[in-house]
Amino acid sequence: MTEHHDRPLNPARRRTLMLLGAAGGAMMAPSVLGRSAAFAQGAPSGQIILGFSQEPTVFNPLMPHIEVDDGIYYAIFDPLFDFDPDGQLFPILVTEVPTVANGGISEDGLTWRIRLKEGVTWHDGTPFTAADVKFTFELPVNPDFRSFRTTGYALMRDITVVSPTELTWTMTKPFAPLAGVLASTFIVPAHPFEGQDPNAAPFNNAPIGTGPFKWGERMAGDHILLTANANYHGEGPHLERLIIRYIPDLNVMYTQFKAGDIDVIGLQYITPDHLTEAEGLPGVATEVAGTGSFESFALNMQRPQFKDLAVRQALYAALDKTSIIDALYYGVPTPTETYMPQQSAFFNPDLPPHAFSIEKANQLLDDAGWARGAGGIREKDGVRLAFTNSTTAGNHLREQAQQFIQQTFAEIGVEMTISNLPPAVMWGDYWMNSEFDTVVVGMNQLSGADPDTTNYHRSSASPALGGAGQNTLAYQNPRVDELLDAGAASFDPDQRREIYRELQAVIRDDLPFLPMFQYAVVKGWKEEVTGPAPNVNNRIDSWNVRDWRRG
Amino acid sequence: MLRYLLSRLGQSAILLLIVSCVGFCVLSLAPGGPLSQFALSPGMTQEQLTRIADQMGLNRPLPVQYMDWLSHLLRGDWGVSYRDGQPVLAIIQRHLFATLLLMGTSTAIAIVLGSAIGIASAVRRGGIFDHTMTVMSMVALSIPTFWFGLVAIYVFSLNLGWLPSGGMYAVGNGSLADYLHHLIMPALVLALVDVAIWSRYMRTSTLNVVHQDFVRTARAKGLTRRRVLMKHILGNSLVPMITLAGLQLPVILGGALVTETVFTWPGMGRLFLDSLGYSDYPVVMGLLMASALLVVVGSLAADLIVALIDPRIRLN
Repeated sequence: MTEHHDRPLNPARRRTLMLLGAAGGAMMAPSVLGRSAAFAQGAPSGQIILGFSQEPTVFNPLMPHIEVDDGIYYAIFDPLFDFDPDGQLFPILVTEVPTVANGGISEDGLTWRIRLKEGVTWHDGTPFTAADVKFTFELPVNPDFRSFRTTGYALMRDITVVSPTELTWTMTKPFAPLAGVLASTFIVPAHPFEGQDPNAAPFNNAPIGTGPFKWGERMAGDHILLTANANYHGEGPHLERLIIRYIPDLNVMYTQFKAGDIDVIGLQYITPDHLTEAEGLPGVATEVAGTGSFESFALNMQRPQFKDLAVRQALYAALDKTSIIDALYYGVPTPTETYMPQQSAFFNPDLPPHAFSIEKANQLLDDAGWARGAGGIREKDGVRLAFTNSTTAGNHLREQAQQFIQQTFAEIGVEMTISNLPPAVMWGDYWMNSEFDTVVVGMNQLSGADPDTTNYHRSSASPALGGAGQNTLAYQNPRVDELLDAGAASFDPDQRREIYRELQAVIRDDLPFLPMFQYAVVKGWKEEVTGPAPNVNNRIDSWNVRDWRRG
Repeated sequence: MLRYLLSRLGQSAILLLIVSCVGFCVLSLAPGGPLSQFALSPGMTQEQLTRIADQMGLNRPLPVQYMDWLSHLLRGDWGVSYRDGQPVLAIIQRHLFATLLLMGTSTAIAIVLGSAIGIASAVRRGGIFDHTMTVMSMVALSIPTFWFGLVAIYVFSLNLGWLPSGGMYAVGNGSLADYLHHLIMPALVLALVDVAIWSRYMRTSTLNVVHQDFVRTARAKGLTRRRVLMKHILGNSLVPMITLAGLQLPVILGGALVTETVFTWPGMGRLFLDSLGYSDYPVVMGLLMASALLVVVGSLAADLIVALIDPRIRLN
């Protein structure tokens, strides 16, 4: 039994268990778990072809990479622990997730200790030890290394290998989000980097991990073949081979899924316009799943037009998000009032709901003294309610949404000019240094499942205001700063929940961005494939690929 | 002759230098850059992006970056991809194979089939076959490849299940039969338009020959229709086609972006687009230099061959 508790059950199994429990059949639970143990003993068999519309190209998880690369990492590597779909951490390479309660984290949050599983080996047979974990924590802050991020690692001091299975370190300040950082840190081996330039080590193109699958072959521009790791330390893998195919066009990817040439349709998924058809396909399972990304109409808070709260409230009232979701996105995404995914334990369900009302918007602006001037455009103290709005050129749905927003804004005397840019320009200095007026953007502001958003909402995180971070809206609110600091320093889950709920309420009242909807995607897989399960706390579907099986 | 060759080589080198310089500048000066794809990553900061750019040497002055790249190129080092760290030459080589396989096959089909249709149409000019083929060529030329490819997949993969819907080979198989199985549909789809083009050229070219005096003479001598066609018409009408085939070479090596996308074929067209999309400067520059080199070498070779064949041309 204990062995099975170190892995979350997939939602289907979870539901089964709940039903059994409700029926008073708690005694039957061990037999359900026993079934999965019986499966686990069978040799891996069959293969699954997983399609992605972007190509994974970075195989060292500590180097700068994009979402799709994570799809490979979950197969090749393991994090110390990871988030299940409910946002709970479960151990993978450690014997238990460190908490203040179990002594893994000291009361003051400054000392951490982890104990590693025994008998874990790398794919090349070398034993996995605490020295590898130390190496993984130290590489990102190596000034010569092209590191993806330094958040969290930069606060670690005195990383000490106590024994091959025990590691301790101290923090320069209490930092609760470290758990989230570690959950998305894939542990890499130290030995392949000995005497190598970490930026160009052969490892980076033939990765070695402790994960359920081993590196097989890569045909650039086409596919990556991974094979079962027979010596995997946990349950699984159940597949002999996992093939990741790169199919750059979404229509083509869907067609290949329909033709049965790919078994699981991964990143960028089934386009919403195909949802109805996909649901009717024989032998295919589909699921609409919320993601960690949300769409918003972001405002540059340094522009004089947006300094007045009444203007932001009026713009929000004039934003007909229901029509945008239904007409353009086929009703797939969910309207939202916050940046926090609704599946998160930290989500605040009590935020004031948005109501589309041109009348109310006009009233707000009238009351605030924004009078209609030349051309019917409102102005006050020499500031006209006119601005540009930008997004990635070529994103047709967003472009249509912009036109729609432009029309409703015109009805309240606001002039919005659309000025779209190619992605490389849009998300370069233009975005990072707050050179825009307003932007329609889809973002995930959380690191894994941790609710900390210091990098996006703290006043010190705005490059335009001389800070470092991605507070590109140049948003400043002392209360927000206080809450973020308190949340990052607290290791008490209940206290953190209260802090982050209040944070969402403050931001909802301030409206530095007009929240539109939480993205949802249409996932699909062949019915004979079991295992794929949505997990809003991870960036990509293959988070539990060790559990996937065929037939 | 040697002097001419040397001067041509000198000119080519200068031309390549200019191409590389312009290409490098245009690419590097375009806004964005190879790191902008990471800007929206959770937790990414401008500071971090600057740090990575410094490590990659992207913040150095443009002339320094260019000279660095050029000096490596002159030593035979084409650099490594920003995306996956693989050597640029190896990447181009791999994609070139895929492209040659697809484009070579479809061009071969197009030349053989197109020439046959063209000749047959010209010989019986105004007949039912000629009219039918003219109409069909126009239809084929008007069909967008993307759409036609999807229709072909719909019919042959989804409904009939005869052919795979994409890819160059089934992972783990890779036998000759498997390659051919995957090749049929994209090659035929791609050949469709080419057949139409070739048949029109061939028809025109043949019509030019059919009415020449030597053909009439051959007929007057009492030769059979077949012999006139094979020996006298065909040989002469094919000459302009050979020039045309030569001009096709860079097109063939450039890949067929649309077909490669529909049939997920890992060829040169997609490599170029992907590399451009991610601002993978070393690969884009590599592709640019490779194609410039090809054009320069091709035109030089053509000039030399013409000079060798045609005694009226003196190379000086």
